[in-house]
Amino acid sequence: MANKKQTLVAMLGVTFGIAMFILMISFMIGVNQFMEDTMLSSTPDIHIYNDIKTDYSNTIAGEYFKDKHSLIVVHHPKPKQVRLNIKDANGIISDLQHDPDVAYVSPLLSTQVFYNYGPTQINGYIDGVNILDEAKIFDLAGKMTEGVPQNLLSSDKGIIMGRGLAEKLNLNMGDMVTLTTPTGTTMSFRVVGIFAIGISTIDNTRSYVNLANVQQLMGEDRSYITDINIKLKTNKLAHSKAISFGKKYSYKSDDWETANSSVLAGNIVRDVLTYVVSITLLVVAGFGIYNIMNMTINNKMKDIAILKAQGFAGRDIVQIFLSQSLFIGFFGAMMGEVLGFLLAFALSRVPFPHNDFIALKFFPVEFNPAHYVFGLVFGVVTPFIAGLMPSLKASRVDPVAILRG
Amino acid sequence: MSSIALNVDTLNKHFRQPEDFHVLQNISFNVNKGEFVPIIGKSGSGKSTLLYLLSTLDTDYTGTITINDKLVTGQSQNELARFRNENIGFVFQFHFLLPEFTAIENVMLPALKLGKLSKEEIETNAIAKLKELQMDTFAQKLSGKLSGGQQQRVAIARALINDPTIIMADEPTGNLDSINTGLVFDIFKDLSHNNHITILTVTHDLDFAKGADRVIEMVDGKILV
Repeated sequence: MANKKQTLVAMLGVTFGIAMFILMISFMIGVNQFMEDTMLSSTPDIHIYNDIKTDYSNTIAGEYFKDKHSLIVVHHPKPKQVRLNIKDANGIISDLQHDPDVAYVSPLLSTQVFYNYGPTQINGYIDGVNILDEAKIFDLAGKMTEGVPQNLLSSDKGIIMGRGLAEKLNLNMGDMVTLTTPTGTTMSFRVVGIFAIGISTIDNTRSYVNLANVQQLMGEDRSYITDINIKLKTNKLAHSKAISFGKKYSYKSDDWETANSSVLAGNIVRDVLTYVVSITLLVVAGFGIYNIMNMTINNKMKDIAILKAQGFAGRDIVQIFLSQSLFIGFFGAMMGEVLGFLLAFALSRVPFPHNDFIALKFFPVEFNPAHYVFGLVFGVVTPFIAGLMPSLKASRVDPVAILRG
Repeated sequence: MSSIALNVDTLNKHFRQPEDFHVLQNISFNVNKGEFVPIIGKSGSGKSTLLYLLSTLDTDYTGTITINDKLVTGQSQNELARFRNENIGFVFQFHFLLPEFTAIENVMLPALKLGKLSKEEIETNAIAKLKELQMDTFAQKLSGKLSGGQQQRVAIARALINDPTIIMADEPTGNLDSINTGLVFDIFKDLSHNNHITILTVTHDLDFAKGADRVIEMVDGKILV
């Protein structure tokens, strides 16, 4: 019954609100997903390792001061020499492989090394792994810029190196690199692969070699392992499984969410931001609808009075005006969904500024039907609430006052 | 079934704003079925107020109103809306059609609300009612585009669509020229005599009152008998 132009304006308010909601949430969730993927490409679902923790409550100092009445205080105690390996690692690994929630297990021996580049030395890490297990956990095959992970198996002393590190050392496939451990041992490796994960702190410092080579480099036996990386069938279970593994094996056990809590906090902030902005837009649209409905009803006082005189009850009047605002909401929201989808799709086709260290070709956008359902519900509920008060006002119009003039 | 269409017993009404004013004082009368009864009086005499009480739109009064042997005093707003829809047809001074709808849609509206017949049957009835009033050729026209006299005839067709037993009109000719006034008068007379519809109409057109069965004249909130 209202002016078509006003209805269209009200509808566009809802349309833009919903479109922006769809666009923002698609983009934000896309960013979150990208962050999570990047994070998971460098963090295992669960990481079991031997943390340095020394019990300082007992001290042998008492042995030297036999006097029972003196109080002994030791300033800044230091740990005795400890081996950071996981004891009975093979037993734990085979136990983990029988756990129904575990997909892959990869043992790891990690140590700090110096990469020799002429007279200078570059600080970094070297991970001794069973490359096939490690590749399954982190999808290494997809992140190799040169070579394949299997090259490590077919060469005696091969090394797969982070791309940033290889560039710093001016190394290419087939070149030799010499490593020195902090204890002074030196060993040479041949580059058989180069990877890029997209996180510069890893790509600039880490290399993979066979587990046995690191054990040899460190002068340790074949069962010496410092870390176990685990991939679960669903990573949502990581937190509870990490706790139970930690208790079971009495080693430190971190899940990916704990290890990357700052990234996850970023995700929550983005989510909240998206909802706050979207709700603000819709509330503004809601006020627009409220205004237009109020105006319409003021213009239609006479018509409302006639309808009432002819036997339309207050309920019928509410129905008429509420259905108009629901019409605005529903069609506005539908148009918003389409517009939002088109904008999100367009964004997902925009090339991401080229960057060596970020593995993104286009802006990350996620298309999730649940967001569209939520948008539609929200787009209908807001006009419903906005239209309710003016409609109730219309239903209370006193026809006598209007008809008598 | 008695022959009394409308019974009013000791009706009293006060206007409380801006100051207390006893506008209707102990009004009691009967109207028979098929009677054509104009209510006349000077402005301020309370004739319009009386009509709106009888129409059940205004429920702020003491005393009782009985229409077709049904006591309407004290009914809820929703029941009254339903009752009006079924039993009472309205005609106002300012035609009050919905201007965005065509003439026939305006006529059909109360029947669609009543919901007793299918849309096709209602449409057939609406055309028949418009034909009675020689308005069938204008059925598909937007009501806002019709002349005053045409609009008033459409409004009468609308008042008739649910076959009410009573038609109430507030100055139905107040805005019409003499030709159209005569036309409306003839229509009312015909409806009351041939269709046995009770017609109550407020008017200050004395010519209009002269041809009626009986006249209720009001002075200062009382009926002059």
